[in-house]
This record gives sequence, C-alpha cells and structure tokens, in this order.
Amino acid sequence: MADVSYKDLSINGLWKNNPAIVQLLGLCPLLAVTGSVVNALGLGLATTMVLIISNTSVSLIRNLVSDAVRLPTFVMIIAAAVTCIELLMQAFTYELFQILGIFLPLITTNCVILGRADGFAARNSLGPSFYDGLIMGLGFACVLAVLGGLRELSGTGALFANMDLLFGSSAANWKVVMYSDYQPFLLAILPPGAFIFTGLIIAVKNLIDDRIKKRQDALKARPVKGAKRVRVTGAVS
Amino acid sequence: MLGRSITRNSILLAVFAACTTALIAGTHLLTKDDIAEQKRRAEERALLQIIPKSRHNNSMLDDTIAVGPQDAELGLRKDKQIYVARENGDVVAVIIPAVARDGYSGDIELIVGVNRDGTIAGVRALAQRETPGLGDKVDLKKSNWMLSFNGRSLQNPTLAGWAVKKDDGIFDQFTGATITPRAVVAAILRVLQFAATNRDSLFDISGTNVVPTGDNT
Repeated sequence: MADVSYKDLSINGLWKNNPAIVQLLGLCPLLAVTGSVVNALGLGLATTMVLIISNTSVSLIRNLVSDAVRLPTFVMIIAAAVTCIELLMQAFTYELFQILGIFLPLITTNCVILGRADGFAARNSLGPSFYDGLIMGLGFACVLAVLGGLRELSGTGALFANMDLLFGSSAANWKVVMYSDYQPFLLAILPPGAFIFTGLIIAVKNLIDDRIKKRQDALKARPVKGAKRVRVTGAVS
Repeated sequence: MLGRSITRNSILLAVFAACTTALIAGTHLLTKDDIAEQKRRAEERALLQIIPKSRHNNSMLDDTIAVGPQDAELGLRKDKQIYVARENGDVVAVIIPAVARDGYSGDIELIVGVNRDGTIAGVRALAQRETPGLGDKVDLKKSNWMLSFNGRSLQNPTLAGWAVKKDDGIFDQFTGATITPRAVVAAILRVLQFAATNRDSLFDISGTNVVPTGDNT
C-alpha cells in the first residue's frame, strides 16, 4: 500500500468499505445509542475524533514499535484518546455526556478503531492515515445519523429533538414535528428496531450497489461488441 | 538477543504508558474546573425548576441537610442532601431526594420539593431506566404527568387517595405501565410523611437546625 489515493480512501470509508454497514464493526454502540439523531451524531463525532487521533498517533510511531508490543501500544493510545474526549465532552457538552453514558468509554473497544489503527495506520504515512481516520469516522457517523433519524422519525414522529445538547442553545428549536398526533411506535425506539433498521439500510446499500454494477457491466459490454466485426444476426449495437 | 528485545519492548511500553498517562492527566487538569461547574449547574437547574428564583434568595446548593440510608422513608441507597430554599433567612421550601426502589426496571431517583405549608412544590425524576415509551413518562421531557403532583399534600387527597386510579386512588397511571406510577406515587407519599414527621427541623421552626434522622419522631 505504498500509493494511496485520497479519492479511493474516501470511496472506501464512506461507501465501499463503510465500517458500520459493510465491515459491520462497532455494532454495539450503533444499536444502543441511535434512538435519536442527537445521540447518534454525538457518538459518531466522538468516534470520529478518536479515530483521527489514534490513526495519526499510530502512524507517527509505526516505525518505533516492534510487532510484539504493537497491539498493547495501540490500545494504550486509543484508551488515552477516548479518556481525553470523554473529559472534554463532560466539560463542554455535559448533558450529552450523561445521555451517552457508558457508550462513550466503550468507544475504546469499538473494533473500527483498532482495526483501522492496525490495518491501515500502522502501514501508511501520516497524511493518508489522518485522512483515513477522518473518512472512516465520517462513514460511521453518517450511518449512525441516518439510523438515528429513521428510528426517531418512526418512533416519535419528529426529527432533530434536543439538538441543543450538541450545538448549543441556538439549536433548541430545530425540532421538526412531522406528524403532530403521532402514536409512538415503540419497536423503533427499542433495540430490536435498531437491528431492523440496520438491516434495511444494508439492504438499500446492496440494492444500489447491484444497480451500479449492472450499469457498469452494460457499459463494459458495449465497446467489446462494437470492436468486433458487424454481425448480421442478432441486435446490432 | 531475546533478553535485549524483551528489555527494549518493556522500556518502550513503559514510555508509552507514561506519555499517555501524562496526556490524560493534562486533560484532566484542564477540564477539572469546567466539569465541576457543569455538574453544579445541572444540579442547580433541576432544583430551580422546582423552586424558581423568584421564591428564594439563597444558594440552595450551599444550604443543605445531610440525609442517607438511615432515613428509611426516603429509600436512599447512599448519603444525599436535602436542599433548603430560604427567603431572607426563613425556610420557604425544601427539596428532598428519594428513591423509589420498586420501579419496573430498577431504582427511580426522585427529588421532591415540599413547601413550608406541606404542599408539593414539584417533583422530578433525576434518573430512571423505565421502559421507553411506557414507563418513562415519569420524565418531564416525555409527559406532564409529574406536574399532577404540584400542590398536593397529605390532606389533599387523603391517605386513601394517594394511589393510582387502578388502586382506587386519584393519580393517573400510564397506558401499559402501572408499576412505574405506583412506585412513584408511593415514594412521594413517603417523602411527604417524612417531611411531616421532621417538619420542625426541616423548616427550622423551633429555631434549631437539627439533622433529621429516621428515629427522631
């Protein structure tokens, strides 16, 4: 992996190799905190920050550590990053910190982070490692936010409630009530809803991938046909 | 050869442990004051919801009476404080912490504001893990149910009325969740009884500020 293009990294993190819906890593927080958009975004952003910090530091020290102590060092870096983020969130977004509760320290055990540290940052230079952390984190956060949005909307009939927990008091009235007389749909808010909606998101992604593949196949097939000599039987393209 | 590699790795690990510890210690020192301030503010916000600034002019967070597990009516599991609201030195209300241990999924932590005349100034659930959508209506963000206690007292309703409607009381239960409201109503009733028993010391009526315990009846 000597040459990595930033374009490939972006496509990988956001779509082709998305940590949440393709690698299916870090499912525990994904399922637990996506009851609303604000919770999902909070954890998504915290995870992104940790990913950036851990990828950057791991890349910096990658030539220093031997294979034997590689993993303990990485885990130490990740745990330190998570603890710092946790302290910062406690200081500046206290209520969100209380809502996310145990899932904030549990970012340490999120496989996405160790996976990217060991699988990418340990073998690549600073720039790409930083970017990979950012993009993978954003890919994770996007899925979290979409899942949070779907569950919040179908569970409570509104969107973006309590956004002021994350964005300050100016965001207090961002809440959009879609259906004013909505009977809460319990299943969506409870953990089974998280599984169902995650499954639906994966299905939609696969559907889109299939479409794209079919179109590409069709495109690929044409020039080959055209290069051959004209056949008199069958369809002429 | 092996010895050298072990030494090198151990030293490396130790250096990293020291670095990361230093980083965390630094962040802790930087954020310590902010975190303490945030906690205090969150606590104060909850207190001010029950007894607004217009009704008192002391700092409730600094005017407290210690209570704990020995006060059986409150159901507390650890030491907590009663916050005292005073206007010009006279106690106008107290905010009493209580735990309903018989919630549907674990403890429900409450604070109950009791006015000098024995009526309820307000009730809030500080921590609860009741079923989302059913039992969590004890949270004011989800439902106004908690407000139905405002102005109630031991005389209004009488003792028999201090129950959910299903048990012939006057308080609504939630659709699909009776256990949670039942636990909360019972806990609030116990707090009122505690306040009545310890009225003199809580509201500073005799002039002496005695720490109330469960057995000074």
